Amino acid sequence: MNPTLAGILFIGSLVLVLAVCYRPLGDYMYRVYTGSRHNAIERGIYRLIGVNADSEQRWGVYARGVLAFSAISILFLYALQRLQSHLLLSLGMEPVEPALAWNTAVSFVTNTNWQAYSGEATMGHLVQTAGLAVQNFVSAAVGMAVAITLVRGFARDKTGELGNFWVDLTRGTVRILLPISLVAALALVAGGAIQTFADHSTWTTLTGGEQTFTPAAAASQEAIKDLGTNGGGIFNVNSAHPFENPTSWTNWIEIFLILLIPFALPRTFGRMVGDNRQGYAIAAVMASVFAISVTLTNWAELSAGGTVPQAIGAAMEGREVRFGVSNSAMFASATTLTSTGSVDSFHDSYTALGGAMLIWNMLLGEVAPGGVGAGLYGMLILAVITVFVAGLMVGRTPEYLGKKIGPREIKLASLYFLATPLLVLIGTAVAMATPAGRAAMLNTGPHGFSEILYAYASASNNNGSAFAGVSVNTAFHNITLGLCMAFGRFLPIVLVLALAGSLAAQTPVPASTGTLPTHRPQFVGMVVGVTVILVALTFLPALALGPLAEGLH
Amino acid sequence: MDRLPSWLRRHLAALRALLVLTVITGVIYPLVATGVAQALFNDKANGSLVEKDGKTVGSALIGQSFTDADGDPAGGYFQSRPSAAGDGYDPTSTSASNLGPEDVVDTLAGAGQEGRQSLLTQVCARSKAVGEREGVSGARPYCTPDGVGAVLKVFPAVGTPTRAVSVNQACPATPFIATWQGVRVECGRPGEDYSAGRTVPVRGTATAVVPPDAVTASGSGLDPHISVAYAELQAPRVARERGLPLERVRTLIQENTTGRALGFMGEPAVNVLELNLALDRN
Repeated sequence: MNPTLAGILFIGSLVLVLAVCYRPLGDYMYRVYTGSRHNAIERGIYRLIGVNADSEQRWGVYARGVLAFSAISILFLYALQRLQSHLLLSLGMEPVEPALAWNTAVSFVTNTNWQAYSGEATMGHLVQTAGLAVQNFVSAAVGMAVAITLVRGFARDKTGELGNFWVDLTRGTVRILLPISLVAALALVAGGAIQTFADHSTWTTLTGGEQTFTPAAAASQEAIKDLGTNGGGIFNVNSAHPFENPTSWTNWIEIFLILLIPFALPRTFGRMVGDNRQGYAIAAVMASVFAISVTLTNWAELSAGGTVPQAIGAAMEGREVRFGVSNSAMFASATTLTSTGSVDSFHDSYTALGGAMLIWNMLLGEVAPGGVGAGLYGMLILAVITVFVAGLMVGRTPEYLGKKIGPREIKLASLYFLATPLLVLIGTAVAMATPAGRAAMLNTGPHGFSEILYAYASASNNNGSAFAGVSVNTAFHNITLGLCMAFGRFLPIVLVLALAGSLAAQTPVPASTGTLPTHRPQFVGMVVGVTVILVALTFLPALALGPLAEGLH
Repeated sequence: MDRLPSWLRRHLAALRALLVLTVITGVIYPLVATGVAQALFNDKANGSLVEKDGKTVGSALIGQSFTDADGDPAGGYFQSRPSAAGDGYDPTSTSASNLGPEDVVDTLAGAGQEGRQSLLTQVCARSKAVGEREGVSGARPYCTPDGVGAVLKVFPAVGTPTRAVSVNQACPATPFIATWQGVRVECGRPGEDYSAGRTVPVRGTATAVVPPDAVTASGSGLDPHISVAYAELQAPRVARERGLPLERVRTLIQENTTGRALGFMGEPAVNVLELNLALDRN
């Protein structure tokens, strides 16, 4: 079989299995978030936390819960890293430096998993499993909770009550993320991923050299890292490491895990608003952008444009033989179209246009299908902006799912849309304007600029992947990228929750002949168009200075 | 408790929630996963270690260098891909090169200045070395015969050329072409700043015989595999060094090749350590 056909079958099989999972998983998540019964474990958890699980919260209370939980998480994770040499299972690692510990704490709490450190040389077992991996679970659960709350805003009428953060957080973790992760972790071990709390050991190689075994609870962390669209690898080279991703079929599983929840959440949305067609429409928007992006990235990588790929004869620099070029490109697309940021090949060495597609995926706001939860709420914001634009064209008050998109709603949606581009562009500009910022570039010329643009796009959109040649473990980048991650996560969350509150308070408008139907292909096409055009207008100048200049060179 | 201000109660609830979830997802979950993994897949969970004569010599999943005491390729062994992990295949400092597709201009080593090879020159140099080792042509597009990137800096950057320098070929090397658009091509002088010129990579007419994976560093720096083509290229040398029939070596390559999973996932790959162990057992 030729590699291109195999690559197409690889992508096709992923799409097929994701489509099969859409209804059962989406329906299951619907029951998780709307059911009124608490199971025994959850009742125990609520008692330990000391909250009344049957109370409902207004948006402000819900938002303060999210922020309090995240702030405590950052402090806890910071302390754990700073104290690791005094704790168990440290593998002899030193305390993490303050700027790096701040950056890493923010990175994992915001579901970014940007890594300015090398895992095998910096973090012991305890920080990995009881610190970083815990945030892999709960930051994903927070993202889903916020998305579900926005959906409740559409689904509920004339109320301030939007659910209970502690219940949403607990159920997402215990009922959705934990069981799938456990099954996935065992599948990865069956493929060869390691799962051990042993200490380092060494061996003498066949020709007399020495190699060190780097032990880790890799499979359990790998599973949630992908399922929760987190991306922070136990090892420096992430999912390219044979102990994290040993075979071509574990590679398939990892891509599948990345896309599983984000692509099923529209079903949950459709169920909650009482119209499955709305869910299909949102899923169709995600799938359209996904299909275009995956195709273009694969085409760019397989055609190996650029001087060095042409000299090599294939874009194999930074790729593993067992995955090959096409499957690596698929992984790269999945990880940047969601907020994952795990990598099984190194994006810095991608062709200019392939690399541009990966940056573009993140700049889209990661909505196709986006991070767990973050993708759905990002896409719903774009849908709100689209009905607003459509409303302007025909001169009618825009409405979506029976809710009027008035001045307050469109202000919140616009602020949401503006938040991340501001962080990306100002962050990149400041970094390029200061010697400390520029010093991080490994490559020169347009590619060096792309490294910086990629870093700030990745941090602000909570992705976490990198053009990894960039040397970002400096005080300047640890602090500025940390700020981008924090604002890029929590500004949008607060705006989304405020929007949810404002929508839930409304009296629904009955549909009339003038209502724009939001479940038809016409609307799907409009959302895709609005998404692409808005992002293109925002970022074209920056892209022209970096990857486009390099590719057209 | 109820008399505390609400913000403090909220943060205490958050702390308790984090601690409870840390126990569940950060202690119980990894321990259960480890317990089951160790029971069901003991060998794999511990790193798929492989032994020779009762001693551990590596992991089937982690590539290694097969070099002699001087760091030169050991003739009787199949060679792994180039690696950017530490000094090569160092599991404690895994890394890719992270060099971009247009990284084509070297910094020439000279008085008071350390040199830096561009990705293009690294590819060309590896191709030349593999070609010499295996007795085939190491030529590639965009590479000079002496194994560096075939790249000119042309001045002025815009307009009719008045000067052309083969920037990766340090003087007194003979430039890979004599003239460029009527202008004589100079060799590169270490320390001179050529950044103002226009970069012109010259493709040439070569076609590559040495396969792509042989001239590129992997993503992990620990890639345990090489392509079937690269294994086939090395087979005659290994057979000769070991005094084995070529057919026998080829059979061993086949036995240590993993095809695409389910026929379409990934690419066929030859496990170098297992192949070399099979040779040693022969």
